[in-house]
Amino acid sequence: MSLAFAQQIIDGMAALTLLISFSLLAQHRMLSVLHWFAAQGWLLAATAALVAYSTGESELYISAIMTFLLKGLLLPWMLWRVIRKLHVHREVESLMNSGMTVIIAVAVTLFSFHVIQPIEATSELMTRNSMAIATACVLLSMLMMITRKKAITQVIGFLAVENSLFFAAIGATNGMPLVVEIGIAFDVLIAALIFGLFFFQIRNTFDSMEIDAMQASLIHKDDDE
Amino acid sequence: MTSFFFQLLQALLMVVLAPIAAGFVATTKARLQNRCGASIMQPWRDIRKLFSKEVVLAEHASWIFRFTPYVVFTATVMAASVVPSLLLDTPLSLTADVIALVALLALARFFLSLAGMDIGTAFGGMGASREMTFSALAEPAMLMSVFVLSLGAHSTNLTTMIAHTLSTPLLIQPSIAFALVAMLMIAIVETGRIPIDNPTTHLELTMIHEAMLLEYSGRHLALMEWASMVKLLLFATLIIDLFFPWGIGGDVNLLTIGLALAIWLAKLMVLFVVLAMIEISIAKLRMFEVPQYLGTAFVLAFLGLIIHYMLEVTV
Amino acid sequence: MSASFALNAALLACLSVLIATFAAPFFQAKHQIQRSLLCALLAASGLFAVIAGFSGLLSGGGSIALPLGLPWLPMHLRLDALGSFFLLVIGSLVLPVAIYSQGYLSHEKHLTPIAIFLPLFVLGMMGVVLSDDAFTFMLFWELMSVSSYFLVTHEHRHPENRKAGFIYLLMAHMAGLLIMGSFATLYAASGSFEFSAMREVEISPLWASVAFLLAGFGFGTKAGVVPMHGWLPEAHPVAPSNVSALMSGIMLKVAIFGFIRITWDLMGSGDFQWWWGALVLAAGSSSAVSGVLMALQQHDLKRLLAYHSIENIGIILIGLGLGMLLAQTGHPMLAALGLIAALYHTINHALFKGLLFMGAGAVLHKTGTRNMEMMGGLIHRMPWTAALFLVACISISALPPFNGFVSEWLTFQTALMAPQLGGALLTAIVPFSAAMLALAGALAATCFVKVFGVVFLGHARSDAVANAKEIDGWMKVGMLIPALCCLLLGLLPGLFIPLLDRVPQALLHTSILSSLNTASWIWLTPIDAAHASYSAPLSLIGMLVLGGLVFWWLHPKGTTIRRSKMWSCGNPHTHARMQYNATSFSQPLRRIFMGLYQPEEHEHIERHQHKLLTTRVKYIVHVSDMAVKHLYQPIGHFTLWLAKMIRHEHQRGIHAYLAYTFATVLFLLAVFT
Repeated sequence: MSLAFAQQIIDGMAALTLLISFSLLAQHRMLSVLHWFAAQGWLLAATAALVAYSTGESELYISAIMTFLLKGLLLPWMLWRVIRKLHVHREVESLMNSGMTVIIAVAVTLFSFHVIQPIEATSELMTRNSMAIATACVLLSMLMMITRKKAITQVIGFLAVENSLFFAAIGATNGMPLVVEIGIAFDVLIAALIFGLFFFQIRNTFDSMEIDAMQASLIHKDDDE
Repeated sequence: MTSFFFQLLQALLMVVLAPIAAGFVATTKARLQNRCGASIMQPWRDIRKLFSKEVVLAEHASWIFRFTPYVVFTATVMAASVVPSLLLDTPLSLTADVIALVALLALARFFLSLAGMDIGTAFGGMGASREMTFSALAEPAMLMSVFVLSLGAHSTNLTTMIAHTLSTPLLIQPSIAFALVAMLMIAIVETGRIPIDNPTTHLELTMIHEAMLLEYSGRHLALMEWASMVKLLLFATLIIDLFFPWGIGGDVNLLTIGLALAIWLAKLMVLFVVLAMIEISIAKLRMFEVPQYLGTAFVLAFLGLIIHYMLEVTV
Repeated sequence: MSASFALNAALLACLSVLIATFAAPFFQAKHQIQRSLLCALLAASGLFAVIAGFSGLLSGGGSIALPLGLPWLPMHLRLDALGSFFLLVIGSLVLPVAIYSQGYLSHEKHLTPIAIFLPLFVLGMMGVVLSDDAFTFMLFWELMSVSSYFLVTHEHRHPENRKAGFIYLLMAHMAGLLIMGSFATLYAASGSFEFSAMREVEISPLWASVAFLLAGFGFGTKAGVVPMHGWLPEAHPVAPSNVSALMSGIMLKVAIFGFIRITWDLMGSGDFQWWWGALVLAAGSSSAVSGVLMALQQHDLKRLLAYHSIENIGIILIGLGLGMLLAQTGHPMLAALGLIAALYHTINHALFKGLLFMGAGAVLHKTGTRNMEMMGGLIHRMPWTAALFLVACISISALPPFNGFVSEWLTFQTALMAPQLGGALLTAIVPFSAAMLALAGALAATCFVKVFGVVFLGHARSDAVANAKEIDGWMKVGMLIPALCCLLLGLLPGLFIPLLDRVPQALLHTSILSSLNTASWIWLTPIDAAHASYSAPLSLIGMLVLGGLVFWWLHPKGTTIRRSKMWSCGNPHTHARMQYNATSFSQPLRRIFMGLYQPEEHEHIERHQHKLLTTRVKYIVHVSDMAVKHLYQPIGHFTLWLAKMIRHEHQRGIHAYLAYTFATVLFLLAVFT
């Protein structure tokens, strides 16, 4: 596979990653968000494998496999179990309506394009075109964390940020050192486990998974004393 | 002279094949739903039957009502006749500007909506209101799609755009893929298929396009039905020309043209099978979900534009 | 001081209206003669203006300095390419409106105020276009504003008309102040009031920006750019319809002329900064979309047309903004194309908006109402009005083969061929503005389907409308002229653009003539034939041939078509109230854009006999202008509050005044030593 062809496929995958980040923002149902998040993990693994194949860095293969297992299979499965066990309401609730969110998302994408473009020009790597897209994906996932009311969707947003950072690393430096990769992966795994435990505890205490309800409950708790 | 003859042949083919194309979609849908379905020639038989029937006008109909079928038919056929399907470089190819095509179809729609308001029933007004609203909201997405496509050729002339696509080497361009999905979504809105509008409905409250045709009869109705079939074929050919133009005839000889005809028909069949599958697998959207659908199309096209500048233009 | 044929014609035009103004009071008793004199002199003035415009564009103008005005500042008048074009715009609408007024003013009882102030209004506009120094400009500008105030408040017996006139005068003077500020900046930089001096001088970027912003807001207020448009939907409906046609068709364009004069001519395209073009483009896009969205919710015919003027000014600004962006980034040919697109739309809008207001005036004249919910079926009672109004509706909806499509097509081509302009913001704003232009155009078509359908088609919704009569010959001729011009400008743009090309030649020193096709009467090919081409005559001929063939083949010879009742789902009792009217037609859009409109809905359901049996439903919905509610009213409240605070200061005793005087003396001592 020639280098130019591989670059086109990587560009195509970058475009798909941007599309998935937009879709994560625009979904109305909790399970759809989870499916798109899993798809993002698979796409990321495929991109890492492709970059590994065309640049010849075999460490990226290990990253790709880890990404696939962890972010494509394990984390989505854990979150799905949490959603089912806690009977979280099917709808995703957000602070502003989806039209406004999409407009802000587009503005954020334009902004990251504007900011990263001069930096892209200095890079020599094959994957340099995707740096702006990776930055946009990071910012979009952060936007997802900000504009959602339910704790579960905020956690998915956090995990999506981590996905996008991995994608950015592939684009900027063709992958981080393997030790760093493994460390981050285990940190994310532990974080997911702890989140899972905490969700059960939060549900027991507050009877709800909504941030507003938790805040209100805390405020009223002070009133009683 | 021969290229002029082929231009005429192209136009005639569009008009003659349109009912067969509509019949093909209907039959494929039926077969996919495990029904026998009518034959492919049924729309042709319907149109012939309508031409021989008497025209009855409502008491209050004005000259606009009688004038509209001719305007709609001629505008749609004019638009269809300049879209290249067999031969790329025809004498009138310079008039094949995408924006002018869209404007001709908009003229047809303007008169159709006026005819809907002319009778003074609630149905006509309802159809006119809905049709104009949704087509207005579809315009930005359509324009953005065309924009993305014209970035490569720096032109909105169809012939120039096709020539540009044919001459560049085969590339995977994500922006074009986004533009394709957006254009497919818009084509469904413009031609009034499921999931936006049900072309076979008989319930007036679910009608958008049919509501404006409710009072027409005889040859007027035949012209309007034929025009909407030509519009379907026009959009299918447009999508094929913009995104998959390989195989179109370059020079004027019988072998190239014959091959181009066969390839065009094959591509049309694939596209119509895809359309039929979409129609049977999705339910018709609630009317006020259509703006969200159109907004998604616009965002996709705009993303295609941004991705073009991010990925495909080397700084 | 060179006087040429064009300038002489222009001066004759001004003289005609001056004679009309001074002659009017003498014929106060004889209405017929007063009216005929007014209309004849106005028509002559319009004709002279058209001649002056054409010859100015074809062979060049001239200049003259009249010894009027201040002792050390004679009145400089000059007719250059830009001025010629706008004189042509003025004349091309004044002539038909004058002929139309002969019929329209026939029942007008108090003709003298109109007879005095209408010629003054036209004189003011022509003077603004001709002036060559800032003093003359402001003189004629104020003349235009004040005389139009008296025209707007012609029917001053109704309190809402007085209120509309007040808002109009307030905003016109605010605009005048801002424009004076802009001229003052240029005067400070150049040391002279004359335009020729202002053109030569180099201005620092900071002061250039100040002048640009002042001019932009000043002329923008007078042109009706969102959010300074609050006076437009109030003032245009209450004025007499021929005055509304002139105000909407020409006065707004004179504001655009002023903007072009200061930014493109006096400051020059070399001084443009990148954010100027982006600002104009953004203002244009938002005006276009919000104008048409508000227009869709109106049921007062003239108010709806006023909001459409806002939309079309937005479209003109989109063309101008594109031109400014392209000129600043070094693409002079495309900038010229953008400017030509904007100017073409200027004359298009003057023609079809004038025609629309004249049609609305005809309907108002014969039915006595402006409320669309009362109209219907007028195509049977007023066929000529309907046909001419239809021409204007098709033109404003930007549909071929009329003129609106040509200017929108040119604007799209400019946006499309604009290369990557550097920076993500500029690269994205151009296609986004083009998409907003497409949205505005399509929504305008929706609105005019509503207007024509509710007013002229269907059944009459009230008795006054059911008994309307057709207009007289004068009004028909007055409306026919712009309709023919719309068709002509739509079919033969290639003949007209070489004339328009003089303006970019003067302002940008670029011409697009070299790229126009040689067979330019059939083809319109800006830049390059392979890139963009449009042939209106071919499309029209094709459609006529095809349509003729189909009609001839299908039409049965000698039979009349049978008529019958309409389909009513089996319900035998149908009446006019069951049709769609203006409010119901725009209901889907009202619901989709609920966040923008924030409509106030009241529903009142009567159930007399039984709670399941509805006898009557009353539904009232009101959409108020967002800018007025969220911007003007708070500013108004704040100003009143400030005035109240200051009023308290007036009520203090003598000690306070002595203290003020003492503080002023201290301040002056500190400053001057």
